[in-house]
Amino acid sequence: MSLFRSRRAIPYLLMAPGLLWLFLFFVVPNVQMLLFSLSEGTLRTGFTTPPEVWDFENYTGSLTKFSANFSNSIVFGGLATILTFLIGYPLAYAIAFKGGRWKNLLLFLVIAPFFTSFLIRTISWRIILGNDGPFLTVVRDVLGLVPANFSIIGTPLAVVGGLTYQFLPFMVLPLYVSIEKVDRRLIEAAQDLYAGPWRRGGLIAGAISGGLVAIALQVGLGYGSLIGEDAAPAAVLPLGVIGAVAGGLVGGLLISQAFIRVTLPLSLPGVFAASILTFIPAIGDYVNAQLLGSPKTQMVGNVIQGRFLDQNDYPIAAALAFLLMAGILIAIALYAKLLGTEELTGGRA
Amino acid sequence: MPEVEVRLTQVYKAFGNDATGRRVAKYVEPGEGGLIVAVDHIDLEVHDGEFFSLLGPSGCGKTTTLRMIGGFEQPTSGKIELDGQDVTWLPPYKRNVNTVFQNYALFPHLTIFDNVAFGLRRRRVPESEVRQRVGEMLELVELPGYEHRKPAQISGGQAQRVALARALVNKPAVLLLDEPLGALDLKLRKQMQIELKRIQQEVGITFIYVTHDQEEAMTMSDRIAVMNRGKYEQLGDPETLYERPATEYVAGFLGVSNLLPATLGERDGGYVVARLADGAAVRVPAAVVDGKSSIKIGVRPEKIRLHADAASIPDRMNRLQGRVIDASYLGASTSYLIEAGAGERITVFEQNVERTSHGSLHRPGEDVHLSWSPDHTFAVGKDGSPPAPVSVAA
Repeated sequence: MSLFRSRRAIPYLLMAPGLLWLFLFFVVPNVQMLLFSLSEGTLRTGFTTPPEVWDFENYTGSLTKFSANFSNSIVFGGLATILTFLIGYPLAYAIAFKGGRWKNLLLFLVIAPFFTSFLIRTISWRIILGNDGPFLTVVRDVLGLVPANFSIIGTPLAVVGGLTYQFLPFMVLPLYVSIEKVDRRLIEAAQDLYAGPWRRGGLIAGAISGGLVAIALQVGLGYGSLIGEDAAPAAVLPLGVIGAVAGGLVGGLLISQAFIRVTLPLSLPGVFAASILTFIPAIGDYVNAQLLGSPKTQMVGNVIQGRFLDQNDYPIAAALAFLLMAGILIAIALYAKLLGTEELTGGRA
Repeated sequence: MPEVEVRLTQVYKAFGNDATGRRVAKYVEPGEGGLIVAVDHIDLEVHDGEFFSLLGPSGCGKTTTLRMIGGFEQPTSGKIELDGQDVTWLPPYKRNVNTVFQNYALFPHLTIFDNVAFGLRRRRVPESEVRQRVGEMLELVELPGYEHRKPAQISGGQAQRVALARALVNKPAVLLLDEPLGALDLKLRKQMQIELKRIQQEVGITFIYVTHDQEEAMTMSDRIAVMNRGKYEQLGDPETLYERPATEYVAGFLGVSNLLPATLGERDGGYVVARLADGAAVRVPAAVVDGKSSIKIGVRPEKIRLHADAASIPDRMNRLQGRVIDASYLGASTSYLIEAGAGERITVFEQNVERTSHGSLHRPGEDVHLSWSPDHTFAVGKDGSPPAPVSVAA
């Protein structure tokens, strides 16, 4: 009987260290943060609970006061996710389907940047894209493609570019895993069942999505002017046309019906995982906005960091952190609903 | 003369010997830096409405042949015609051919209905017709009511039927089946063999069936090509292949046979007298030795009778003397291993109709007489061993 009991206890014993760890370093700090977010004062004056216990002044006040930062976070994080997807899916597809014996090397190259510190990499981007950096030296001074006062550092473009670069591996790896898992025989079966090139559908779908993405990017990057940057005005129409043409070409020439009907739907769980893994850290990031942006491109992460570390204003910082978390959770719930994860897994119980 | 539906002319396929992860045929040791020959200049004609099987061990080139007809591989050289049209370089989706894949390859994210409707929808068949044809097809494979299930929610046998329906619903000129019953258990296999034959007769579509199971091929096929090392050694209906195998390989692959080296002697009516190593004379139908100089004569184990004394053997029968080495009781029959005059080992199956209730009719150590009809004797070329491995320098 005692043996039986101890055997039943084994799973709990195995879980105990992890649960204890999570309790100490996840539950306790979160409860602490929740309490902070409902109190007043600073580290110097001490924290006091306001007279009414459930006072959400910190939350409502922060939402209005830092709405620009929230909007920066959503726009930059969202754009970075779209961009990493556009770059990452073809890359993951190529490695999975055409990588052959170079597969492992290519995957290693995708994660190779992780061997350098996050900060070092971001600072190098600052140098590369800086006003006296190699990129602008060539594009501005040698080729004369942009006006003399053009700069990248300090604009939303730099922040989105930095985020896209930093989180690309987070997008590529889950995509690779799910694309790699797609059974090649299913693609042969689709071809056997008359799935050929996707000419007309690809042309239309590619043109529409290419146009929309181009417009989204343009609006997003032209977003600088909305937040008071003296950025170039949005060239929505020409870029939309360019995007539509590019998308139409890709859709009409490269995309097959077998891809649309089989490979893509079967890789959707990976798309879901990858975009969440990219979007969450991207929307909460502050390093890229700090090092590559300007005061006007500050994201919520920057405000939280400043309130916590510089101003010791724990209540506001905690409230902002909770607002960000709630926003992310709602976004993911909507996204899951939209993609329908139950359907994605093939209905296997 | 029946109409030719599929014609292969000198079809040759070699795979590069590299580690790209591509399918590589396994039967030939690769030459140094060479190529692996999967299909070696095959000529083949499959008739309209016929159930045709490619039979052979794994790596004999049968699946590669099928994949070339389906369009999943291109031949290195040669020509493939479908209904008189050269399709050698056409992609799979442009061929009026459908495949039932070895592991069914059902689309896991689609319902059974959408799986079966896949081909019709790609061909832009109106949705009302799609609904009707899919319904009829599920009726034919006895799966009505399963439309809304996912492949993960049905059994292997049902998945097999869906795969068949998904291919047949397109009314292809030819249906290709790549060991479709391989994953089923024995009982279900037997059932599906009969079912497949029924469906084939009902729809009248040409079936090309790949299998390594001789019994499966014999049960269903109108004609069989027995493949070995990228070629077929013999092509014919199941009865001819069994009763008159042309090569040692075919004789051994389809059932059990006794092969005895012999030298050809004088002609005796419609027969030729062949002498075994110990001088015993055996008559062989002249037709089966035509064109062969040195031969092995063959006889199937169930064609041989055992006798305690030679007097009971009817006239004009082939006869041999031997000693029982081993007797195994198999239920319906008893299998004897007999050693003949020059030490040849001969297997004999005797139906247990005459069996007494006590022990075998013949015991190990007993001298026995063997007899069989000369007409049941076949001959294979003595040098009828499989052709030497082919390897081509790159």
